[in-house]
Amino acid sequence: MNLVIVDYKAGNVQSVLFALERLGVQATLSCDFETIKAADKVIFPGVGEASSAMAQLKARNLDKLLPTLQQPFFGVCLGMQLLCQHSEEGDTDLLGIIPLPVKRFQTELKVPHMGWNQLEQLQSPLFQGIAEGDYVYYVHSFYVPLSDYTIAQTSYPEPFSAALQYKNFYAAQFHPEKSGPAGAQILKNFLDI
Amino acid sequence: MLTKRIIPCLDIKDGRTVKGIRFENIRDAGDPVELAKWYAEQGADELVFLDITATNEERKTFAELVRDIARHIDIPFTVGGGISTVADVEVLLQAGADKVSINSAAIRNPQLVEDLARRFGSQCVTVAIDTKYTEATGWKVYARAGTVETEHATVDWARQVVALGAGEILLTSMNNDGTKGGFAQDITRAVSEAVSVPVIASGGAGSKEHFADVFQDAHADAALAASLFHFRELDIPDLKHFLKKHGVDVRV
Repeated sequence: MNLVIVDYKAGNVQSVLFALERLGVQATLSCDFETIKAADKVIFPGVGEASSAMAQLKARNLDKLLPTLQQPFFGVCLGMQLLCQHSEEGDTDLLGIIPLPVKRFQTELKVPHMGWNQLEQLQSPLFQGIAEGDYVYYVHSFYVPLSDYTIAQTSYPEPFSAALQYKNFYAAQFHPEKSGPAGAQILKNFLDI
Repeated sequence: MLTKRIIPCLDIKDGRTVKGIRFENIRDAGDPVELAKWYAEQGADELVFLDITATNEERKTFAELVRDIARHIDIPFTVGGGISTVADVEVLLQAGADKVSINSAAIRNPQLVEDLARRFGSQCVTVAIDTKYTEATGWKVYARAGTVETEHATVDWARQVVALGAGEILLTSMNNDGTKGGFAQDITRAVSEAVSVPVIASGGAGSKEHFADVFQDAHADAALAASLFHFRELDIPDLKHFLKKHGVDVRV
């Protein structure tokens, strides 16, 4: 399988690569238009800030390419948020693939939402072998509300989208690459889709 | 439910863990990767690696070690020790660290916190604060591994670094560190209530009850300990079951 990780200098790319390596899977890091387009599957990681990440994508013309992709695609953390329409972070227009907003947590609880929290309402092959209430690792200050495309949710304190699916685009707000055996299983499930 | 985090801290010198760690069932407990894997299996929620060497040459070795750790463990980890520039941080994050912890450099140059948050995002910027209480001064911030008293009152300094973009505070009470008499409840609670970001309590852990106290009464989001775990005085699975039984949400 020709697996490509989109490398746009936005962090955690290395961690995703290592997590795949632990599954015995070799992936190619690339920001090259043709390489990504030719991939069997694409993983789109990301940590950091939305507007600077969008600027990095635009600088490589990836904002034009990513919405046209047909192969199974997996956005992780900021990589999930960037697939949406608009973010309150830096008042940023995103890739616009999934017609959903990205909002800042408005809560008395600590922000960033940082640490291990539970997955609930699992409804996707992405969560094969994962139980309701299993823990995954989060670190984020912005979130996608529940929607028709939500395939798992987590509460902080209100429920939000832990994962999304829209056509061939899968996405997770948590970090499967840092979520122990459960995270590894989710990555493996994506590879099996 | 977001769970409280239990964080073992490993001091690293010349690429090896220090503090005379005793483990029978690990081939080489001096190997940070072996030890980190073992802690991950035990249910540690995160790990902290502190580079207690100082020279630039040694720091290069540390970055290689960070890469090796990232390759082998599947839980988040923070690295700290001697970090003073954006370039230092870039090397460590690219090697696979999830967060960096800065301490004296933030005191010398608070702008660094802002620069790091803007460049890499607040979520990976932990500011470590070493604090000490005396009757004359109240809780003051100390720099340079706790050797130099600064002008900063602890709660004010915590507020200031969060305003600059810190995404987390690692608060170590020098009064409590090494005593095994419990965490510094008062200052931990004061800092936790003063800032909007998570606070890791450090220094003084000696029993399971101390962890319950710091989570329930001092509102810490995470608790860190070193020798207590390294010397197997407390096993993480036991600790977590105790906490769960006492109404603290933990990942078990």
